[in-house]
Amino acid sequence: MHKVYHRIEEIAGNVIMVKAAGVTYRELARVTWKNGDSLAQVIRMNGERVSLQVFAGGRGIPTDARVRFLGHSMQTAFSEALLGRVFTGSGEPRDRGPSISENMIPIGGPSVNPAKRIIPRNMVRTGIPMIDVFNTLVESQKLPIFSVAGEPYNPLLARIALQAEVDVIILGGMGLKHDEYLFFRDTLEEHGALSRSVLFIHTAADPTVECLMVPDICLAVAEQYALQNKRVLVLLTDMTNFADSMKEIAITMEQIPSNRGYPGDLYSQLAARYEKAVDFDSAGSITILAATTMPGDDVTHPVPDNTGYITEGQFYLRNNRIEPFGSLSRLKQLVNSKTRKDHRTIMNTMIQLYAGFKETLEKQAMGFRMSAWDEKLLKYGERFENELMSLSVNIPLEAALDLGWQILADCFEPAETGIPSALTEQFWPKDKKASAKE
Amino acid sequence: MSENIGKIVGVNGNLLTVEFSSPVIQNEVGYAHVKGEKLKSEVIRIRGSRAELQVFEDTTGLMVGDDVQFTGELLSVELGPGLLSQVYDGLQNPLPALAAEAGFFLKRGMYLQALDRAKKWAFTPAVKKGATVSPADALGTVPEGIFEHAIMVPFHLKGKLTVEEISAAGEYDVEKVIARLKDAEGQLVEVKMYQRWPVKIPIRQYAERLRPTEPLVTKVRIVDTFFPVARGGTYCIPGPFGAGKTVLQQITSRYADVDVVIIAACGERAGEVVETLREFPELTDPRTGKSLMERTLIICNTSSMPVAAREASVYTAVTIAEYYRQMGLHVLLLADSTSRWAQALREVSGRLEEIPGEEAFPAYLESVIASFYERGGIVRLNSGKNGSVTIGGTVSPAGGNFEEPVTQSTLKVVGAFHGLSRERSDARRYPAIDPLDSWSKYFSVVDEKDLEFARRVLREGSEVNQMMKVVGEEGTSIDDFQLYLKSEYLDAVYLQQDAYHEIDGATSAERQKYVFGVIAKIMRTKMSFADKEAARRFFQNLTQVTKDWNRQDMESEEFRALEERIEKMIAEVKEYA
Repeated sequence: MHKVYHRIEEIAGNVIMVKAAGVTYRELARVTWKNGDSLAQVIRMNGERVSLQVFAGGRGIPTDARVRFLGHSMQTAFSEALLGRVFTGSGEPRDRGPSISENMIPIGGPSVNPAKRIIPRNMVRTGIPMIDVFNTLVESQKLPIFSVAGEPYNPLLARIALQAEVDVIILGGMGLKHDEYLFFRDTLEEHGALSRSVLFIHTAADPTVECLMVPDICLAVAEQYALQNKRVLVLLTDMTNFADSMKEIAITMEQIPSNRGYPGDLYSQLAARYEKAVDFDSAGSITILAATTMPGDDVTHPVPDNTGYITEGQFYLRNNRIEPFGSLSRLKQLVNSKTRKDHRTIMNTMIQLYAGFKETLEKQAMGFRMSAWDEKLLKYGERFENELMSLSVNIPLEAALDLGWQILADCFEPAETGIPSALTEQFWPKDKKASAKE
Repeated sequence: MSENIGKIVGVNGNLLTVEFSSPVIQNEVGYAHVKGEKLKSEVIRIRGSRAELQVFEDTTGLMVGDDVQFTGELLSVELGPGLLSQVYDGLQNPLPALAAEAGFFLKRGMYLQALDRAKKWAFTPAVKKGATVSPADALGTVPEGIFEHAIMVPFHLKGKLTVEEISAAGEYDVEKVIARLKDAEGQLVEVKMYQRWPVKIPIRQYAERLRPTEPLVTKVRIVDTFFPVARGGTYCIPGPFGAGKTVLQQITSRYADVDVVIIAACGERAGEVVETLREFPELTDPRTGKSLMERTLIICNTSSMPVAAREASVYTAVTIAEYYRQMGLHVLLLADSTSRWAQALREVSGRLEEIPGEEAFPAYLESVIASFYERGGIVRLNSGKNGSVTIGGTVSPAGGNFEEPVTQSTLKVVGAFHGLSRERSDARRYPAIDPLDSWSKYFSVVDEKDLEFARRVLREGSEVNQMMKVVGEEGTSIDDFQLYLKSEYLDAVYLQQDAYHEIDGATSAERQKYVFGVIAKIMRTKMSFADKEAARRFFQNLTQVTKDWNRQDMESEEFRALEERIEKMIAEVKEYA
């Protein structure tokens, strides 16, 4: 059987080093000592010197702790019994339920063969016009929500989860405040969605290394459900905490940092997780929504920056609204031609005019005289913000498009919008509100 | 080759330290043996009796003491008929065949032959017994999709060779020996339908390199007219995320006027490759009327696939491009994105604990990038025919800031720069190529004088716009205001293009010349308006009509009718001095 080692040579941060033989790369070990025990994983081998990261952290580990290698890498259980349950980052139950150890599957498996993917084709309806109309969410998309701390990104995630038509919801919490975790659990329960959810939660109080495991464990489970023909929605919050944990380990391992202390492989590490989003040829799908907080509202910070290059678009959440500028769903073109034929035009026109409104606001702030055109833009911008941008709006796509036409008609003449004549003839509302008269 | 076995003494991420006893070669391929799997790897540093190898796979499960088998061969690709319309990973594994064997997921340590061994090709000899040939001369041809694929004398041979034996016309598979050649020393060399070539060494079997002068039409107006690309030239597209790099590359791969398109999806999203993969077979190539896939080859090493293979993928792609150039074809290589490739270099360099340069990129980044782009070019082959490899690479600068090492090193070596800007993409002005920052050293498809004038309008219009932000509209003269509106008009109807519209999405060179002529005339027309409001309204209407015009087939009635309408509108406001 596997050997047990009693002598730890080095302890630095969450990383311990033992001299051992016959150990494989990424193998798990159980470390036990008088007051505790923890899993640990091999992260570097140099001759007989084996470095392991300890999930529970290095604090309190004595040099004579027992290190027993388990002969396999990180695994998680997969069965129907997972539904409705809450686990920690290392897969231990967090609720009072029994632990599950049947049908163990490895985590962090190989990536999907691109030849087995199909072009995503189903829209995910959320009832939020800023998403449905302007940046449509598509099944199997990977999309982060960029925001600063304090914005309601978690309620937004929860709301999308509840309104989206999916079979299984998997929530991965990283560095969550305990009350945020309870918020998710209670919201899912209230709406009767907990029975189709699995939660893997690492709270801010838990050891750092467990945080690193959360995305992999969530996505391994999601992959299994997807292979069983289920449509899975994975929510990850907050990926910046995940990246920070990675940074912590990298620095402990004395790796050369590349940008603001983050390891050089930050991009690859994030990509390995996000790329698990997939629409399988002849099986289910995985859609990933992830919150990424931007330290100092800086989108050029390495975490949001690298994320933006990996994901298929991003939503900016700012001042309780999804910003139309910068927010983007790269996959929207795949579905918004099939919804209604005015969808794309409304989407582009309204944003272009909204950009004009922003310019006018700047001019106004500098005290310039407002032209007739400026007045129109001002009126338009205000209605756009109140009636479509507000997160409290909850209407289906078609109603939102109709509302869009109405707002345009109330503020502009058809030619001023730049919409192709063929469309204005069909969709331009005839009953212009009286108030629209200048 | 005798067995050369080393032992693993260290593992750090995808980097192995291996102790060896017999000689090893820098950059040779080795296989790490683990529980019945063989993981391909490449020697990247040698120190004393220890070699460091980067593994092209995930290294989970490797053990100190495991065997590594050195092959004595550099990392190579197979070159022969059957490459086109294939989808390979960075190491030239055919992905569809891999899916048939391994299912949904990529299987570690599974390597398949790049060329289908079972497929028969109809060979027609081009030389007779006794003929004298040189390396890269055609010995015969096989039809491959839309081309006659030349079976060439292997590039690694030297000097003059005599054909001792050549197969008659017939159906053969690629393993068939189709010729035996005798070299100067009297050695007999067997020639199969395919040959192997190390990816990191350029193929240089040509008479001379020429200057790229012929335009490569992409049907994107802002590119062909303002920032053209030449056959055999190089260009780069840096831009922040979401600015439309990939869409621009996809459009180019679809419409570019070349024979072969090689797409190197290097460390980017898998979804984008899938779009090409699934859509191209359905689309027809406007040049040949056949499926677009028949002229396309995809090298796909997406972001979640192993990092070391990502570095190899751009070399695999450029080697295949050079191979088709040897047949006198025009090849376009699109690499998306070269930053991911540079990051792969950085990851490896970090693990080797090399002294880092700027932003932790290795100090040799610049020379590596330069030598990659230098593999492009238009050449006159020994046969007298011309062939070209045009390289277009996207760059994904951190934070969208062009002052970073990868963008800067790339700018030094390319012939055209298509800088994408966040402001333009935010304002939905696609393609978001910045008309003021970008440049090109190649020749445009339109009249140079008109172009110079249009550039001036754009530049001065933007200056007026900047000024208006300070002094306001009321402080701007009507002439300046008109200039500003003209620049906005040019931007809206010519620079911007609806990629998803059937007709507007692809503008032929001929149409560009015509339309640009009309618009240049409008730019030069002095107009008079009662006030600024009237001017604005006029240009709004004109933009609307011109956009409708862009959406009409050039041969149609509507096209002519709209053109007349535009002329009429202009005549109404024209200032008669």
